[in-house]
Amino acid sequence: MPIGLDKYLGVHAQALNLRSQRTELLAANLANADTPGYRARDIDFKSAMAQLNGVASGATPVRLQTTSTGHIGPATINGSPAPELKYRTPLAPSLDGNTVDAQLEQAAFAENTVRYQATLSFLSAKFRGLMTAITGQ
Amino acid sequence: MSSFKIFDIAGSGMSAQSVRLNTTASNLANAESVSGDPNQVYKAKHPLFEAIRSSLGKDAASTGVAVRGIFENQAAPSARYEPGNPLADANGYVYAPNVNSVEEMVDMISASRSYQNNVEVMNTAKEMMLATLRLGQ
Repeated sequence: MPIGLDKYLGVHAQALNLRSQRTELLAANLANADTPGYRARDIDFKSAMAQLNGVASGATPVRLQTTSTGHIGPATINGSPAPELKYRTPLAPSLDGNTVDAQLEQAAFAENTVRYQATLSFLSAKFRGLMTAITGQ
Repeated sequence: MSSFKIFDIAGSGMSAQSVRLNTTASNLANAESVSGDPNQVYKAKHPLFEAIRSSLGKDAASTGVAVRGIFENQAAPSARYEPGNPLADANGYVYAPNVNSVEEMVDMISASRSYQNNVEVMNTAKEMMLATLRLGQ
């Protein structure tokens, strides 16, 4: 019986990728905390996950057709199609147009890191289970 | 590997904030550099931050910071009547730089906190990557 490693790992492999993409976004937000006019962005994890699952089940999302090299293709993160990036609704935007709330971003970053590590633990458990099955001990 | 971009992003934030800290140090150091000519006197310097995407690839999430330039505060220097000062002009005035020490101190704290934020992001990203490398052990 062939084992699909992707299937065995379940949603966790995709979740890990999405979490790392979100880390990158939040890092960009924090780095631009003092840039005039910068607008903080984030991924809605739930809808991004649903979108990824839609891709996995064959329902490809609708993209604009690019017929010339001058056309701008869909946004990518790590070379894979980017989940929909959304602008954060600012609680107190500053006068220079920057919408980064450093505290909020820090909290989101910490939360994202913990969830990344949780996903890692799930994956680790899956691999340990596989090792037990292989070695039979 | 995409997570390395987090280091680029946080690194660009750190370098931008250190430029800001540099200008603050120059401004504070020159707060009392008086001159007899209002056009020659030191002017407060401030960096201009800008969000960049191009140098980090076309990824939607990779938005670093760049210092677009250093601009000089064009506010008029304050004139002081000090006839005893050897630098004084014909009317007995010396001109002090338009450096606002309180503003500079606030800027310094803000720059230092933003720098620490970026260091934290980098540390967290490093730990996440190390945890990922240990996956399955």
